[in-house]
Amino acid sequence: MASSESIAEERISTKPKHQKKEKVFVKTIKRLLKNKLAVFGLIVIFIQFILAAFAPWFASYDPVQQDLINAELGVGAEGHWLGTDNYGRDVWSRLVFGARISLLVGIASVSLGLIGGIALGLLSGYYRKLDGVIMRLVDLLFAFPGILLAMLIIAMLGTSLVNVVIAISIWSIPTCARIVRGSVLSVKKQEYILAMRSIGASNTRILIKHILPNCMAPIIVFATMRMATAILSTAALSFLGLGAQPPTPEWGAMIATGQDFMFTSPHLTVIPGIAIMLVVFAFNVVGDGLRDALDPNMELEN
Amino acid sequence: MSLKTEPILEVSHVKKYFPVKSSFLKKTVGNVQAVENVSVDVREGETLGVVGESGCGKSTFGRTVLGLDTLTEGSIKFRGEEIGGLSDRQLKKYKKEMQMIFQDPYASLNPRQRVGEALEEAFIIHTKLSKAERVQRVKDLLKEVGLKEEHAERYPHEFSGGQRQRIGIARAVSLNPSLIVCDEAVSALDVSVQAQIIKLLKELQHSHQLTYLFISHDLGVVRHICDRVLVMYLGATMELAPAEELFANPLHPYTQALLSAIPRPVPGRKKERIKLQGDLPNPANYPSGCPFHTRCPLAHERCRVEVPEWREVQPDHFVACHEV
Repeated sequence: MASSESIAEERISTKPKHQKKEKVFVKTIKRLLKNKLAVFGLIVIFIQFILAAFAPWFASYDPVQQDLINAELGVGAEGHWLGTDNYGRDVWSRLVFGARISLLVGIASVSLGLIGGIALGLLSGYYRKLDGVIMRLVDLLFAFPGILLAMLIIAMLGTSLVNVVIAISIWSIPTCARIVRGSVLSVKKQEYILAMRSIGASNTRILIKHILPNCMAPIIVFATMRMATAILSTAALSFLGLGAQPPTPEWGAMIATGQDFMFTSPHLTVIPGIAIMLVVFAFNVVGDGLRDALDPNMELEN
Repeated sequence: MSLKTEPILEVSHVKKYFPVKSSFLKKTVGNVQAVENVSVDVREGETLGVVGESGCGKSTFGRTVLGLDTLTEGSIKFRGEEIGGLSDRQLKKYKKEMQMIFQDPYASLNPRQRVGEALEEAFIIHTKLSKAERVQRVKDLLKEVGLKEEHAERYPHEFSGGQRQRIGIARAVSLNPSLIVCDEAVSALDVSVQAQIIKLLKELQHSHQLTYLFISHDLGVVRHICDRVLVMYLGATMELAPAEELFANPLHPYTQALLSAIPRPVPGRKKERIKLQGDLPNPANYPSGCPFHTRCPLAHERCRVEVPEWREVQPDHFVACHEV
């Protein structure tokens, strides 16, 4: 009696096995690569990763090495293709090391924010009793404008890049918690969660093994978008003097020092500005692309 | 099939109310009476059908029996041991004995989990088998329900509805339970696939000595598979009788109306269809007396006031009606 069904499915089983294993993953990537803007974003992010990972190889000078004789050289100067700043430090080298800092700060703060946000979101979505308490806490955090909250935290902890990471991650927690809670609420009503309960699975097992994997799509999109915000906020806080302290080659701090020489050496502000803009734009378009690629309704168009 | 008479499950005066809360202060302002005073014994080895229209509390009853919905009132005994009102942790050892097959084969499997992993989970939770032993058990299970070993590597979306339901059945029988609640287990399937799944359920019943609580709205299927049938209306029990007896000699006016709605393909055997007046009352605003009195063609004053007693009018034939 099973034969008719299994015969009908025979052709599927002739496909190679490994192809099926990562089907969802591969499908998402394929859809993402159809989006031209997202591909551009991916390239920019990839370049940033390479620059950050191999910064000492790409940089031609020590980023904090002063050379006052060659101060404020313009773009295209000999030996310094992006010029030098007011202390004669090579702008290209500072830019490359800045890529490393902004990426590290972005990844660290987003991961911390995700850990907190996912934990709170899972708990408040799954346990109705915790929901009210956690969501009011989240509302409290939401009540502060983001950059003000970050400034408040830095004012309490002191100015340093580590504290910038902490501030940005705390600021990411409420949004992430809301997103995760929403997905948990819809996933936990699914019959397969009831099926796991009827088999006797513990709440922890259900949360980690069954609810979380089914909430991943919005979390991935959120993380990508939040990378852009985190990088931008790091630059903003450093520009205000709350983040990286001189002589650290951080993009926001570079703009801050460059602004005094806006008219004599505009490249000191324009170049790190372009770098920030490109990277933020890249993460945003990739996030947008991912959102479309992970949306199961998009399948209809293909 | 020979029926052993001792009950595997004794359900007595079970009530399941869902509180209706006010939006602001969360005060309970009323109850949705989903299951109202159900008493029934499920006998070892039998298939007890539970029928009724949508929203009559059949599924809630099934879930309450398994402890997936908390019990409001009453007692549920499994092999003589009280299981009503136990916490999830206390229920764990009974979960091995009582399983569920779900209605929607598309929703009852985790889409991000391979079939093999899904089936393995029951063993991880309840047994101390090694990885290799678990994999072997999963392969045996898949073969037992008419699938292939290599299907363990696939994701649920690669299967048809009937195959997914087989996976759901494999999951339910994996721990060798004695009681399985089939919650509309074949309703979502094509008729041809339905027949295969019913056949599989019957085979498994023989090989595993299973008792089924078969919840369905499909009277044809129920007649075919069930030994006894319980008719529910608005959360309450109306009639309980052996299947043949119930279909041949329905006593309760609701059962009569329900049976007259079955389309009969036999020409010349035109039977008057009993059409019920009005709609199903809102279970949040439960009728007094007999829950069926608002639509019953035989209703009179007593039905409006007094809840009819659940009594055995003929051997093994229970009914709750003043008129019988």
